[in-house]
Amino acid sequence: MNPDAQFTVRKAVPAYNGAMSPPTKPELAATGASPRTASRPVIKAQAKDLNFYYGGTVQALKNINLELAEKKVTALIGPSGCGKSTFLRCFNRMHDLYPGNRYEGEILIHPDNVNILAKNVDPIEVRMRISMVFQKPNPFPKSIYENVAYGLRVRDVKRRGLLDDKVEEALRNAALWDEAKDRLHDLAFNLSGGQQQRLCIARALATDPEILLFDEPTSALDPIATASIEELITELKKKLTILIVTHNMQQAARVSDYTAFMHLGELVEFGDTDAIFTNPTQKRTEDYITGRYG
Amino acid sequence: MEPIHTHISRQYNTELEEIRAHVLQMGGLVEQQIEQALNALVKGDATLGDTVIGDDTKVNQLEVTIDEECNQIIARRQPTAGDLRLVVAVIKTITDLERVGDEAEKIARMAVRLAGEERPKNNYAEIQVLGLHVRQMVHDALDAFARVDIESALRVAREDQKVDQQYEAVMRQMITFMMEDPRTISRMLNVIWAARALERIGDHARNICEYIIYLVKGKDVRHTSLDQVEREILGRK
Repeated sequence: MNPDAQFTVRKAVPAYNGAMSPPTKPELAATGASPRTASRPVIKAQAKDLNFYYGGTVQALKNINLELAEKKVTALIGPSGCGKSTFLRCFNRMHDLYPGNRYEGEILIHPDNVNILAKNVDPIEVRMRISMVFQKPNPFPKSIYENVAYGLRVRDVKRRGLLDDKVEEALRNAALWDEAKDRLHDLAFNLSGGQQQRLCIARALATDPEILLFDEPTSALDPIATASIEELITELKKKLTILIVTHNMQQAARVSDYTAFMHLGELVEFGDTDAIFTNPTQKRTEDYITGRYG
Repeated sequence: MEPIHTHISRQYNTELEEIRAHVLQMGGLVEQQIEQALNALVKGDATLGDTVIGDDTKVNQLEVTIDEECNQIIARRQPTAGDLRLVVAVIKTITDLERVGDEAEKIARMAVRLAGEERPKNNYAEIQVLGLHVRQMVHDALDAFARVDIESALRVAREDQKVDQQYEAVMRQMITFMMEDPRTISRMLNVIWAARALERIGDHARNICEYIIYLVKGKDVRHTSLDQVEREILGRK
């Protein structure tokens, strides 16, 4: 492991010490699958020769090389079972929760250049820096305030003033503050579906993550709530790097800067969203996005 | 570009096939308009000229119909990749075809006007040659569109330079006539307008060829020299 890494091997949950913002920005590495694009973006994370096996036998990801550009939205598209959610979940070590799952290869987070899949890296800390929002809104059965404050309390933040500030900031960033400020202590389940999803985003933002993962964030929402989440994603990318899995190709086309197309556990094509949706280079990509027999 | 008829939705296949077929139908009508306008001019047939002028509304109507069909596909299907490029190419192609129709109508108006006047000895042979050339260009451009054939498209686009040269030659000839005998000036001006209309038809045919290259390769080659297109898009030296 890199000795300069910000990640440390700790048994206990670390104390919250504010945002862990990167001091320097590495330029795009010369190797690996980089987006097919003219300008060279700053790279926030990269998967290197990543393989993943469910239960040790079923190979769900095959040699994935992909780079996430900093403060950009990267969308993962592909048919059901292509491995896009599996790939997304590698980014916050979700697969660790089940026995027998096995990673090969690396996911490096920059600028500290740490392989977050390494055994000695604490998954709890990975999840602090890389938050996730799920398909269905899943608030805790607590108040709006406590939902957002949860991640901070886990990190032992006790000071009321700091908690209040952080909760307000997260709710503002999730575009929920105006609707929720007068009912912070209501049960989260009293919010509408779209509001609950924004609450989950606020909860994910409260720990100041560097990367935000979205797994089908709007598939359970109506078009209006979907539009507000998409608008929010566009706002959030000013502050952090976003990776989103979506079945809705128009959504990928609307919100993302780069799009990766996956099929049968392989990364088939990766490039500028503009190029992927008007002139993809691979037949499999074209067949998928135009609705043809694959 | 993938074949149109391979979508999972058969209805989508039908819709795309329809706009493609309608473009070819419109193209056929426009070709016929050019041919008849030329005949009207060469034979001094005012009745035929009037028919061409009247039929321009059919061309216009087809443009409106195809435009509407494309709008429906965009709104309902959100086409992507090759499908998107097909719809965009169709929208642009029919605009050019409609203008070709307008140019044919212009020629027909000249034909009606010239029908009552004295005819030159060569019976507008130079206009006829230019006319046949651009009509063939329109025909070949539509053929390339139907077969999504980028090689033919490029070949047709190159013809436009020859048309421009022919047009220059016709102009020089007309100027000579007018200098020799100023009484022909009013008649010759009409002939020049007809020649100008034919030259414009050549430009529109070239535009259609550019849309075919866009359709197949996904590269916008407007305002690019054909040599550059061949080098950069087709990767030839």
